[in-house]
Amino acid sequence: MKLPEFLECQRLPVPTNLSATRVCADREQWLQLAAWLRESGAQLLTLWGADDRDRDGRFRICAAYLLTEGVLLVEHAMKTTEATASALYPSLAAIFPVAKRMQRAIYDLLGIAAEEADGSEADRRGWLRHGGWPETFFPLRRDADGSQQHPNVSTPYPFVTVEGSGVHEIAVGPVHAGTIEPGHFRFSVVGEKMLRLEARLGYTHKGVAKLFEKMPQSEGHRLAARISGDSAVAFSWAYCTALESLTATICPPRATLLRALALEHERLANHLGDLGALGNDAGFAFGLTHFSRLKEDLLRSNAIAFGARYLLDYVVTGGVAVDLPAQGPALLLNLYSELEQSVANLRSIYDEHAGLQDRFRGTGRLQHPIAEKLGALGLVARASGIACDLRVDHPWPPYDWVATKCITQSTGDVAARVQVRFDEIDESLHLCRAFLQHLPAGPFHAPVSAAAPYRLGLGVIESWRGPVLIALETGPDGAIRRCHAHDPSWQNWPLIEFAVIGDIVPDFPLINKSFNLSYSGQDG
Amino acid sequence: MWNTLSRMWRTGLLTEPLPVLQPSLDAPSPELDNLQSQLLAVLGRALCIRHVDAGSCNGCELEIQALHNPYYNLEGAGVQFVASPRRADLLLVTGPVSVNMEEALRRTYDAMPAPKLVIAIGDCGACGGIFGASYASRGSVANILPVNTTVTDCPPTPTAILRGILETVRPTLAKG
Ligand code: SF4
Repeated sequence: MKLPEFLECQRLPVPTNLSATRVCADREQWLQLAAWLRESGAQLLTLWGADDRDRDGRFRICAAYLLTEGVLLVEHAMKTTEATASALYPSLAAIFPVAKRMQRAIYDLLGIAAEEADGSEADRRGWLRHGGWPETFFPLRRDADGSQQHPNVSTPYPFVTVEGSGVHEIAVGPVHAGTIEPGHFRFSVVGEKMLRLEARLGYTHKGVAKLFEKMPQSEGHRLAARISGDSAVAFSWAYCTALESLTATICPPRATLLRALALEHERLANHLGDLGALGNDAGFAFGLTHFSRLKEDLLRSNAIAFGARYLLDYVVTGGVAVDLPAQGPALLLNLYSELEQSVANLRSIYDEHAGLQDRFRGTGRLQHPIAEKLGALGLVARASGIACDLRVDHPWPPYDWVATKCITQSTGDVAARVQVRFDEIDESLHLCRAFLQHLPAGPFHAPVSAAAPYRLGLGVIESWRGPVLIALETGPDGAIRRCHAHDPSWQNWPLIEFAVIGDIVPDFPLINKSFNLSYSGQDG
Repeated sequence: MWNTLSRMWRTGLLTEPLPVLQPSLDAPSPELDNLQSQLLAVLGRALCIRHVDAGSCNGCELEIQALHNPYYNLEGAGVQFVASPRRADLLLVTGPVSVNMEEALRRTYDAMPAPKLVIAIGDCGACGGIFGASYASRGSVANILPVNTTVTDCPPTPTAILRGILETVRPTLAKG
């Protein structure tokens, strides 16, 4: 990995599924490096903090960047004079705007604050803390008891207001009309036209990071799968990869292929569900009926082939929970043919339906330059013309021996996100067939030894939504000391706020669905 | 249009019979077959359900959504999901109750008219699940609201959820 000359420090390799390097940066280098990375086209993938005062008296802030060569982890240890004083680090928001909400979340959990370089006032509104625990309590500090309950104290949250004649506000949520996750949306509108949208999230924060500290290593994949249930395979695979890399465990080839098969099934299930819901939101209930039926067929096949409809406990440390039964391959191949035919048929119905296309085209347009500047990830990025897919750019086993196509569209509207889903279903079916065809015999599980103390492992997997990341750090006894999980929804939530501008309020559910972001995944 | 119609025709009717309450009895109980007419007789309308995600991982939502697919066809049985608690007979709650959702959940419940039935869905709703109670979570739904029925598993299958709904309304129907 090529790094700038001003960074004269040790480069540590990081055990992971794609190539990764870890460096330490002082205050100045932290910003210099970020600017250099921005220049060279890297993306800020995630940001997290750790309390290492028990080791060396310091708090640490870590950033993971995605480069063409792999992942770069940058660590900055903060000086704190008093053990309890709030530590400061230079804000990355001016260079990578996506850092804003992550920095607010880090403050809520750890009490370390980002400082703007130009001395401007940073946004100090709580992101995850809504008043459910005291301002002086920071759950991720080592001395904090995470199991203690605190009374809810209502805390004001001033939204940015838009002024002008005829502008009024519409507040929606946290409880929404349908069966979806909770979040609050504040629209500033003129007539029906949306001038501005501001989202407030964090409602489903369940303290996952703190829970990880008490999880036995061999159980962590279960919690990882439940960070965002619709991406369970991706998250549990990322966790297992991090742990297996740390312990030099070789996952048997059969298990690796079965994991990939499960990951593609997760992509298929979500895309089928979304295509139906998108038809429904545009007034075409026929779409929901037929796609939800196909999704149900897939889930029922999952139950036979993988032992459960939703694969929350399928990927386990060292391999997978159950082997593919003897009738599995024939059953799945049958399913794939049925899906391929039906989806092609439904696609032509969608394409030819004038009313549907009228709602899809030009709606919720996320322009390529904005998507690029704000660091869009995954499906949303690909629909705005950014070719990024870890399966293609940084293929890890078993994607390293199949040719995966990176699907893109250029228009960035709802129609583009629909087309990307259709194309990705085709591509997934093609991959599934390849995996099944090359499925080797042998064990589906290997024993995992205990991890060495004070090590850091990484797992990065392309979920159906985009890349998910797990950074796993061990403590003195090799047990989990800190585990940070990142969902691509962090990157894509702020983008909806741009995509809706100029559209009408009744189109919001359609636009929101076309992004289909995780609330739970970003709330943690 | 021809494509659409021919797909409808070829797909046919997929709806399966409602689950039997006592799994040991093979014959569908006539009582359940009449669910819709009973609902109408007692409530004077369809059973209206309001769902609140009180902090779930979104896994349980996926299985609740599956109830609308043509195999389960919940609406066909006279059960309707509504957007407002003001016209809901039954509240489906998923997830452990996060501290950030506690107030919204209470308010939703307060806004419901009688009989205010509550079902806690999933291991999380039933007992807090893997998340339990912590600085960020109040644990099970029963810690916040009176709960009539719990449907365990992670996530529970649509059939289990359907069974939970039937179990909850049956005593109410009998009383009515
Ligand atoms: S019960 Fe399982 S699927 Fe349901 S919310 Fe809890 S963790 Fe998610």
